[in-house]
Amino acid sequence: MCIKKGISAAIAFARYDQNIMGEEVKLFRTWSSPFALRIVWALRIKGIEYQTVFEDISNKSPSLLQYNPVHRKVPVLLHNGRPIAESLVILEYIDETWKQAPLLPVDPHERAMARFWAKFGDDKVLGSIWSVFIKQGKEQEEAMVPAMENLKFLEEELKGKKFFGGETIGFVDLALGWLANLIGLLEEIVGLKVVDGEKLPLLSAWMQEFGDAPIIKDNWPARDGMILKFQALRDATFAAASK
Amino acid sequence: MADEIILLDLWASMLGMRVRVALAEKGLKYEYREQDLRNKSPLLLEMNPVHKKIPVLIHNGKPICESLIIVQYIDEVWYNKSPLLPSDPYQRAQARFWADYTDKLNAKSLYELGRQLWLTKGEEQETAKKGFMECLKLLEGELGDKPYFGGENFGFLDVALVTFSCWFFAYESFGNFSVEAECPKLVAWSKRCMEKESVSSSLEDPLKIHGFVIMMRKELGAE
Repeated sequence: MCIKKGISAAIAFARYDQNIMGEEVKLFRTWSSPFALRIVWALRIKGIEYQTVFEDISNKSPSLLQYNPVHRKVPVLLHNGRPIAESLVILEYIDETWKQAPLLPVDPHERAMARFWAKFGDDKVLGSIWSVFIKQGKEQEEAMVPAMENLKFLEEELKGKKFFGGETIGFVDLALGWLANLIGLLEEIVGLKVVDGEKLPLLSAWMQEFGDAPIIKDNWPARDGMILKFQALRDATFAAASK
Repeated sequence: MADEIILLDLWASMLGMRVRVALAEKGLKYEYREQDLRNKSPLLLEMNPVHKKIPVLIHNGKPICESLIIVQYIDEVWYNKSPLLPSDPYQRAQARFWADYTDKLNAKSLYELGRQLWLTKGEEQETAKKGFMECLKLLEGELGDKPYFGGENFGFLDVALVTFSCWFFAYESFGNFSVEAECPKLVAWSKRCMEKESVSSSLEDPLKIHGFVIMMRKELGAE
């Protein structure tokens, strides 16, 4: 009787274990999307096993359209069959579901600040850097002004810290991480220094630290492919503008 | 030590109203300070140096900016009363996703489209109107037959969206359409929300908003 109960209990436990271990986590991404990269980093930092589905943006899979009908974009995280879209929303979901290696701080005000800087990155920094990238001459000079203003705010925020998250990589680092890769690439294509080590020493140092961190370093998209892609985007924008 | 809560806001701002609703839901006393955005106060510039915008919540001297971030902050600090975000991570993600949808700083957000509705004319306005209604219809679909977006209880997404409802009359007048005709469930939901003290005491009179839009149109040269 005891043995039977013991075996039943063991089977029940094994099923429970399987449930936890065999949780289906799938990430829909493209090879180059900086937003999807945030999710790759978060999953790796937390040691979560997942499958990757690479999407071709010019030919989106029925799955992607089903899971993100509103925006039809990557990344989408599928967890046990339920989709979550919008990278910053996904990051919070991951942080709340898997408690190891927390991304957001505990203190409510610090959390609010983390959310603020992540949003600032997406709402303002990204667009202002892009403007510099796709413009030329006088227009590009003018576009540098808001871009530099935005980067200066980030510089300020890094005072006394190694990462935006403090001693370790956190939510804001993942949200702004695209800077550590794209800035260098865009500077090379355009032939213009945007993050000057003298003018923005802390940001420059952070880009290095973050970019070289093991999990981050291992997951950058192929450099050649990125150069080609962004060069093509820039050319296309100029062509469209001159019509 | 009693909490000191100050809200820097503009009476007509639907984003500021979100914070007022959240504070009311939690039964919190605070000092409201009306801001003149044409002549920004030193306090506003000090507390929101990055965007220089309202709303800004100042809690015991510390500023929090961006309306949805403020609402989440309020929910996290005063978690033991009227929780706004659900406890399940997936439900929370859904609430955040849809709140973000109304808010996105791009041409397609409800906020931006609404703005284009009263600011522009002709084809531009028609495009904005179409986009605006598409947004509302999508949101109505998300509501379904639930009493609130949060389910049985008024929640985060309800706070995020309900403040737009006092702007509907202004949108309808300038855009020449009826929200109720296209999204009856949404209008019924907004009326249901208005039955709550926290909402009715925080939202502004639609007629006053209409007057505000007339003034803004003149100022921005849209007339």
